[in-house]
Amino acid sequence: MAAGQAVADVPIPNPQSATRRVDFKTRLLTAFVVTTNVLGNFAMSWGMKHQAVNLGLSPFAYIRLIFTPWVLLGTALLILWLLSRMTLLGWADLSYVLPVTSIGYVLSAVLGKVFFGEQVTWQRWLGTGFIVVGIIFVGLTAANTTKQEPAR
Amino acid sequence: MKWLMVGLIVGSTVLADLLQSFEMKRHSVAAEDLRPGQLGRMLRRLARRGPLVLALFFMAISFFAFMKLLSLADLSFAVPVTAASVALETVLARLVLREKVTALRWAGAFSVACGVALLAM
Repeated sequence: MAAGQAVADVPIPNPQSATRRVDFKTRLLTAFVVTTNVLGNFAMSWGMKHQAVNLGLSPFAYIRLIFTPWVLLGTALLILWLLSRMTLLGWADLSYVLPVTSIGYVLSAVLGKVFFGEQVTWQRWLGTGFIVVGIIFVGLTAANTTKQEPAR
Repeated sequence: MKWLMVGLIVGSTVLADLLQSFEMKRHSVAAEDLRPGQLGRMLRRLARRGPLVLALFFMAISFFAFMKLLSLADLSFAVPVTAASVALETVLARLVLREKVTALRWAGAFSVACGVALLAM
């Protein structure tokens, strides 16, 4: 009786819920990739705009610039972006990752307008609309078409 | 100079992404390896893979070219225009990486590429 109960208590894996969990992790990682990319680009841009450095072709000017606070923060965020995106590319297709993470371009344009007062024309807003529609289309497709999801 | 930097960024990004996707599909990283305590081990493992090291080299080129571009152009121009690689990479993902690109995904990639072109105007 006790043994029968123990067997009955073992949760039966539900393939559908497993798939949902994997999808949730992929989506969570996608959100992290987008966030680190947008904030990294923003910090870099802020740092570049507030440094009166004339960048020529000398690598030393770039290296000096990397160690200024905002550019350093941007670089750290972009390193996180690089690692998380690399991981995401192991979980999902390149042709899925690219369009879905394109929301970062839209967010960068919005940050450019809000914080730098950059002019965002109607063409840019229309472009934003196209990108959002494209992301929705690609988001409806399977994330990985070339192999099984890795065990996580 | 501005468009030279854009070309350099797009070219090196395409090569870096193809190499990364190819290699990460062969040896993907488990979610457990993303814990802070495991990151060092994961980085050491990644650093031993030739295609990833080559991808990093191309990403470094892209990174420094992007820094130069940011000093020449607005953020709202620099970021979207470098996404011209999306269309090119989708085609190469189908041809080189043998990914199954459905009609819906083609439509999405095309829409993103159009959006990027409009943002760059």
